[in-house]
Amino acid sequence: MTNDASGLAIESDALTKQFGRQTAVNAIDLAVPQGSVFGFLGPNGSGKTTSIRMLLGLVQPTSGTVRVLGERMPDRLHTVLPRVGALVEGPAFYPYLSGVDNLRRYDSADRFASSRSRAARIDSALERVGLSNAAHKRVHAYSLGMKQRLGLANALLRPRELLVLDEPTNGLDPQGTREVRNLVGGLAAEGITVFVSSHLLSEVAQMCTHAAVMSAGNIVAQGTLAELRGVDTDRVRVLTEDVEVAVQTLARLGLSPQKSDAGPTAAWVTAAVLDKTVAPEALSGALMEAGVRIRAFSVDEPSLEERFVALTGEGFDVVQ
Amino acid sequence: MSSSSEMTNARPVPDRRSVGWDLLGSELSVLFRRRRTWAMLGAVALIPILLAIAVRLSTTTLAAGEGPPFLSRVTQNGLFVGFTSMVVAIPLFLPLTIGVVAGDTIAGEAGQGTLRYLLVAPAGRVRLLLVKYAGVAAFCFAATIILTIAGLLIGAVLFPIGPVTLLSGDVISIPDALLRSLLVAAYVSLSLLGLAAIGLFISTLTDVPVGAMAATVVVSVTAQILDILPQLAWLHPWLFSHYWLGFADLLRQPLDWTAFGTNAVVQLCYILIFGALAYSRFATKNIQS
Repeated sequence: MTNDASGLAIESDALTKQFGRQTAVNAIDLAVPQGSVFGFLGPNGSGKTTSIRMLLGLVQPTSGTVRVLGERMPDRLHTVLPRVGALVEGPAFYPYLSGVDNLRRYDSADRFASSRSRAARIDSALERVGLSNAAHKRVHAYSLGMKQRLGLANALLRPRELLVLDEPTNGLDPQGTREVRNLVGGLAAEGITVFVSSHLLSEVAQMCTHAAVMSAGNIVAQGTLAELRGVDTDRVRVLTEDVEVAVQTLARLGLSPQKSDAGPTAAWVTAAVLDKTVAPEALSGALMEAGVRIRAFSVDEPSLEERFVALTGEGFDVVQ
Repeated sequence: MSSSSEMTNARPVPDRRSVGWDLLGSELSVLFRRRRTWAMLGAVALIPILLAIAVRLSTTTLAAGEGPPFLSRVTQNGLFVGFTSMVVAIPLFLPLTIGVVAGDTIAGEAGQGTLRYLLVAPAGRVRLLLVKYAGVAAFCFAATIILTIAGLLIGAVLFPIGPVTLLSGDVISIPDALLRSLLVAAYVSLSLLGLAAIGLFISTLTDVPVGAMAATVVVSVTAQILDILPQLAWLHPWLFSHYWLGFADLLRQPLDWTAFGTNAVVQLCYILIFGALAYSRFATKNIQS
């Protein structure tokens, strides 16, 4: 029974993992609400997979605790994991067995899975991920995308309360990616909590209700997607020839504008409006009053990508 | 699909927890559906076949005691093909195949990434170790039985079959001789269980199956080398390979079970020690593969 008064499907307290002297995961406090689609974001090497392995009892935490579906891991692993479907760091199968036989193998490892309903459950899981036609082919002959689908089918073999999906769209074509998104949406609609890790922002932005951002072993931001995006902040952009005047005008309104060259005559001036203190109409009015000739004027909410880059740093360097 | 609720209810009621024999069935089916397993069993079956053909084709008659034990008797009685090939296969070939299967148990699953999915299923680490060991044990029995059967068949085809004169000089009937063959197969299978436990332990140490396989074979060869050094005589009774060729006692009348019992005790010690080591290593291992 889920006796978690907290309403959290996953809850970690100062969860830490050290390998030798290197800290892979540094005292993270995850809070994944039940029923949410929770995006776990971070660049490669930021500690996402190690965290997921601790949630699933594969890796022992150095310190800190983690509760999954209200129960301590890894102590209660035998009663928790049957309620959890997982895709960990890519799919893995016996290449010389068919898709069906691979699922049979994994299902037989679960002592709560009834062998009487096994064939039917495998069929419906394969159908759900669109693999029915390749069910009896050896996995050896599967493409990466097909293996990924088979991995999802394995996670869906039994009714689950929580799905932990590590990079579920890796290796899928755009069509497959969309199918996975729809699948996740459907599962969430059934009330299943979905915990998805990804390094692709657009994926998280399209699927998730909540997210946490990891960088160098730390959680640097966590909350609903709206909170993360900073919906309270507007970004105003003006394309004009009268750059200096525009900068002065915006500065007078309490903003800190920046300019960037856009062409031989005109330039973009951009500024963040924190907490939406100034209405867009007031900005455009003030600019025109000051005699700024406006070619283009836009106000938008900052994208998740900008927040992500701001939090984790840009470029390919692995932090640590 | 009338009852879609089975897939969709938000509070899945787990099926009743079973003892979990399914995983053992799955392990055996995966092991014995692998081509590699049958390639090795086929190679095991080739030993008596090649041996019998070589003896049949050669014109020189061996003096008693020349060549491997029992070889000189093969031409008189086909039932000795099985015994002779067992003696030939024990020092290297059988340990080699056991090394492959035992070394592959955990490291093989880790190497191909299936270990993490078995564990999150959840298979349970202790249960997985037990099932894996049972799989290796089943392979030991399969290998020796196949060697015995292949030996009996090719012996019957190429040589006369008749009542068997035992090492003690007594003569036993053909059915009794077949029973003794099975007894020898059981003895040899049992002899290999200690090495199987060592292989299982080594397999928990690495994610590279080939390394675990090679290490297990090296251990087996090393034990046999130690066994021939007279300076280490005190150690010999404790070596898992010391009783490997001791099945001659089963070919005496009356049947002498002493070697069988001693062998069983030594193998059991190895199973307990290396089983415990494998458990202590694997139970808390960080699965990074």
